[in-house]
Amino acid sequence: MTDLTHLTISEARAKLRGKEITAAEITEAYLAAIERANPVLNAYVTVTADKARDMAKASDAKLATGEGGALEGIPLGIKDLFATEGIHTQACSHVLDGFKPRYESTVTTNLWADGAIMLGKLNMDEFAMGSSNETSYYGPVINPWRRSRVETVVMPTTHQGDGGFVSAGGTKTARTLDNAQLVPGGSSGGSASSVAAFLCAGATATDTGGSIRQPAALTGTVGIKPTYGRCSRWGIVAFASSLDQAGPIARDVRDAAILLKSMASVDPKDTTSVDRPVPDYEAAIGKPIKGMKVGIPKEYRVEGMPEDIEALWQKGIAWLKDAGAEIVDISLPHTKYALPAYYIVAPAEASSNLARYDGVRYGLRVPGKDIVDMYEKTRAAGFGREVKRRIMIGTYVLSAGYYDAYYLQAQKVRTLIKRDFENVFAAGVDVILTPATPSAAFGIADEDMASDPVKMYLNDIFTVTVNMAGLPGISVPAGLDGKGLPLGLQLIGRPFDEETLFQTANVIEQAAGRFQPEKWW
Amino acid sequence: MSVDLQTVKRVAHLARIAVSEEDAERMTGELNAILGFVEQLNEVDVSGVEPMTSVTPMEMKKRQDAVTDGNKAADIVANAPATDENFFLVPKVVE
Repeated sequence: MTDLTHLTISEARAKLRGKEITAAEITEAYLAAIERANPVLNAYVTVTADKARDMAKASDAKLATGEGGALEGIPLGIKDLFATEGIHTQACSHVLDGFKPRYESTVTTNLWADGAIMLGKLNMDEFAMGSSNETSYYGPVINPWRRSRVETVVMPTTHQGDGGFVSAGGTKTARTLDNAQLVPGGSSGGSASSVAAFLCAGATATDTGGSIRQPAALTGTVGIKPTYGRCSRWGIVAFASSLDQAGPIARDVRDAAILLKSMASVDPKDTTSVDRPVPDYEAAIGKPIKGMKVGIPKEYRVEGMPEDIEALWQKGIAWLKDAGAEIVDISLPHTKYALPAYYIVAPAEASSNLARYDGVRYGLRVPGKDIVDMYEKTRAAGFGREVKRRIMIGTYVLSAGYYDAYYLQAQKVRTLIKRDFENVFAAGVDVILTPATPSAAFGIADEDMASDPVKMYLNDIFTVTVNMAGLPGISVPAGLDGKGLPLGLQLIGRPFDEETLFQTANVIEQAAGRFQPEKWW
Repeated sequence: MSVDLQTVKRVAHLARIAVSEEDAERMTGELNAILGFVEQLNEVDVSGVEPMTSVTPMEMKKRQDAVTDGNKAADIVANAPATDENFFLVPKVVE
């Protein structure tokens, strides 16, 4: 029997509806996989086994009568940023110690209404601030992918043909896994790691500067950040409200389309939720891209970018060309200013959003000699280093005398970044193809990144422009580097044109194939 | 622009985060690295450019000014570290 955890959502959906498998069986398979793997990968911070079993039972009852929803019986992992009623919701921060919301986020409400099953809450960078999942109060998440070396081994004659390529001379090339542990990217590191390691069928994630697309790229999974306003932000712990968007991480493009359809909605509880019906994203998959105009921005060719990534980008261009797309060189002149502008706008909004963690209404309280002392001690103990750093930057750039020089300047630059994209789309470009990240997965506790916060920030150099302009972007696995690690390509679309992203990403996926890590955990 | 130790301590107080001498010194270096990185924005000519206020061209949604929710005092204080009869308890703020 096939391992139920290896089914894609679309495959599991067919088998559940066809009564070949039950929701209880697939849920048990995932719970068992989590129990084995989580002590090593640390992807889940809470496993809701009892709730999952209850939900599976309810799903099986619905499936038996044929009234199941679009995700009936599909087990999912939920990023710890989403409020889930009565269940651990801490944005992986100590400051929200013990917080169990009395309400449910709109995105998760939509998923449960469609019949999905909750397996638990997923690890993430504290308050979604990070690109490696190392800032979590609950410790780093481990990437199921490891580097490997290609070696030529002489085969003992008795073992010939057990995998690998057997050569006439009795030698074969084999990949040997390196033991070094790698990061899954961040901030949705738990989401990406759990999807790649078959610990959930799909996961919710959020993206403020690249937090869906970067971890997806580093784990060989598909991640889409939809247009700002497509998914309701109600019940999602706020980081930078003008940039935050929810989206799915999934094992293939079709699964990402299925999940986004359920997650997205028009929500009166979020004033930035846009009044547009949610299309059937899955219907875009398989549509030809003949005649589509694909833009290649020259500003994304950055200094020091590994050759593997440049080569992969060229491959992506060739695949789309072969499928009949027209490739055009474009320019997005303000690209290099997106990251510095982001590191003013996002911390400014964060310093304001995180002011609510004061030891009064929820979470941690550290006693002090008076109320201000209590606030200061609570926040000093509750926030980790990276979060403090960003609150401090935000407080500084918004403080009297600096507002115009920093914040206003950054918001003007943001207008220019958005205008770059508008010009390109107005010239007839349908979709933009770029690398998703400037490197493959790196080591846990990488010394270079730990010593300089800006080095870590550079991970988001290709993804952050999309948040600044509010556009949709998808990361799709496109190949492996020389060390056997996955790399992703990013597609950027017009506002609310997620369908074109799914359509084009599917062409890349068909050409590149699918990638899964060799199991060592 | 760069920050000195005194500014870092002042900002930490504005942000209501207690910092030790050692924290403040470390943060001074880190904050200056970030401020140095964002400095490049000054090269951009933004004359006549409006600052962005919304990435999506839309009017803010309005609703009827009517009560749609309420009577949830117990839910609201449920997660508070210290409460008394649906009030949040804080250290004394007035003599």
